Amino acid sequence: MKLTILSPGPLTTIQDGGRFGAMGKGFSPGGAMDQEAMVLANLLVGNAPGVGVLEMTMLGITARFDCDCAIALTGANMSAQLNGSPIARYCSVRVHAGDVLSMKTAKHGMRAYLAVAGGFDLPVVMGSVSTNVKCVLGGFQGRKLQAGDELPLNQSGAAFQSRQIPPPEDYPGSISLRVLLGPQDDAFTRKGIDTFLGSEYTVTDKADRMGIRLSGEKIESKDGVDILSDGIAAGSVQIPASGTPIIMMADRQTTGGYAKIATVISADLGRAAQARPGTRIHFVQVTETEAIRLRREAEKKRKQLEYELLYG
Amino acid sequence: MEEVRFLTCGDCAVTVAFAQEIREDTNRKIRYLAEKLQKTGIHGLLETVPTYCSLTVYYEPLILSRKKLEHQILHFLASYRENAAGKKRIFQIPVCYEGEFAPDMEDVCRLTGLSREQVVKLHSSVDYLIYMLGFLPGFPYLGGMDPRLEAPRLDNPRTRIPPGAVGIGGKQTGIYPLASPGGWRLIGRTPAMIYDPNRAKPIVYEAGDYIRFCPITVDEFYRLQEGGQTDIREVSL
Repeated sequence: MKLTILSPGPLTTIQDGGRFGAMGKGFSPGGAMDQEAMVLANLLVGNAPGVGVLEMTMLGITARFDCDCAIALTGANMSAQLNGSPIARYCSVRVHAGDVLSMKTAKHGMRAYLAVAGGFDLPVVMGSVSTNVKCVLGGFQGRKLQAGDELPLNQSGAAFQSRQIPPPEDYPGSISLRVLLGPQDDAFTRKGIDTFLGSEYTVTDKADRMGIRLSGEKIESKDGVDILSDGIAAGSVQIPASGTPIIMMADRQTTGGYAKIATVISADLGRAAQARPGTRIHFVQVTETEAIRLRREAEKKRKQLEYELLYG
Repeated sequence: MEEVRFLTCGDCAVTVAFAQEIREDTNRKIRYLAEKLQKTGIHGLLETVPTYCSLTVYYEPLILSRKKLEHQILHFLASYRENAAGKKRIFQIPVCYEGEFAPDMEDVCRLTGLSREQVVKLHSSVDYLIYMLGFLPGFPYLGGMDPRLEAPRLDNPRTRIPPGAVGIGGKQTGIYPLASPGGWRLIGRTPAMIYDPNRAKPIVYEAGDYIRFCPITVDEFYRLQEGGQTDIREVSL
């Protein structure tokens, strides 16, 4: 019961809901960058929502299954094929022993997710199977996948079931991300905040699991951006001395010493994760009430889908 | 009771900010608050990250309202009393402040107006309190650095700093436990393994312990490294 990696792509790792509880000791939470896509991939193959999946970045894997199983692909469209025939995203796909899954460069979006019914048989480290490459922790040998890796699979036990949901619209080249101002918006001038909310930023090629560096107009601070280091939440928009924003993502450091002008709301983090270099970003301020309403809506939608896929 | 501010960190976290200065008594209060929150078992509270003068609290807003959380925090702080300090533990860390191990030493000398010898002497003659761990697993944020050593962070952080590098960032000093990007100015490097996932305790020290830097030569650096003497030793008092 294994999946053999023939071609790994530039950055393919095992990720799940994240590793929580040790942020106070400095361990990044990690986990899938696009949590929604990870959860949907799992639900489509009948897994629990937070089971470890493969996260592929920009270019997907080629891999061979040595057993019959069910898989599902979500997130970025990497033109997946099974034995040379195209397969759809956002539906369960029956795979037979010897089948080869091959994927190409993302047509749109940045990260694709592959779930296998039953999940990967990998050790849970500090509550998670997520790969922490920096600490050589979790996932498959604590590193990104290489050609020749044999990922052990769990027996799913369940008979194949056809499940599908409509794929989301193509990831656009221009997005808006909703933010709450703070924690250190008071370190910036009114003009600086207007620049941040009023101008267009572009994702640079320095965009990884740790953070997304943007280029664009510099944001004016009142008296520098150095602060006494404090905690960094997911989606924090940090402004280093260079004046251009960095959105802090799953593998972010847990604390840091640059002022954070705003935080991307939890409902929009998946969209940020799919923004590839060149994507244009507008930040839009919302209220905390609105952010929580959107989180509740997303949670409700997910639960509804889970119910429909399980019992529909 | 002193005033705290609640800073918004998106919809799933809030930072409880105390007066923004590095003080041992404030830090003790923060650690007390973190412990209280964790031990009380508040439904919807996920975890906390204590720092110099703030505590970031992660929570599930669909279960626990921020208003209720803030109320609980203020209640704990109102009942805080100073406790007597426990046993002092000091860990000694050998540091080579020379040559290739100190790429920003010249800049730090220029920015501080000190000679290299003065920088080394001032940096290695203090027992530093570990206020918090963060940024990387086991990265100690140390209190007690001589203010004459203050030097601003780099305008553009380095994309890779080697493990064991010792740096100064503003009023702070610390060690990089593993290779990482970072914005501090590097004045030395230790051959000791600060983070070792294969050790029973991957990180030996905790917040509240002390660190003492002990200058070594380039030769000693390589001798310790090649001899595998990379553990961190506790100083017996």
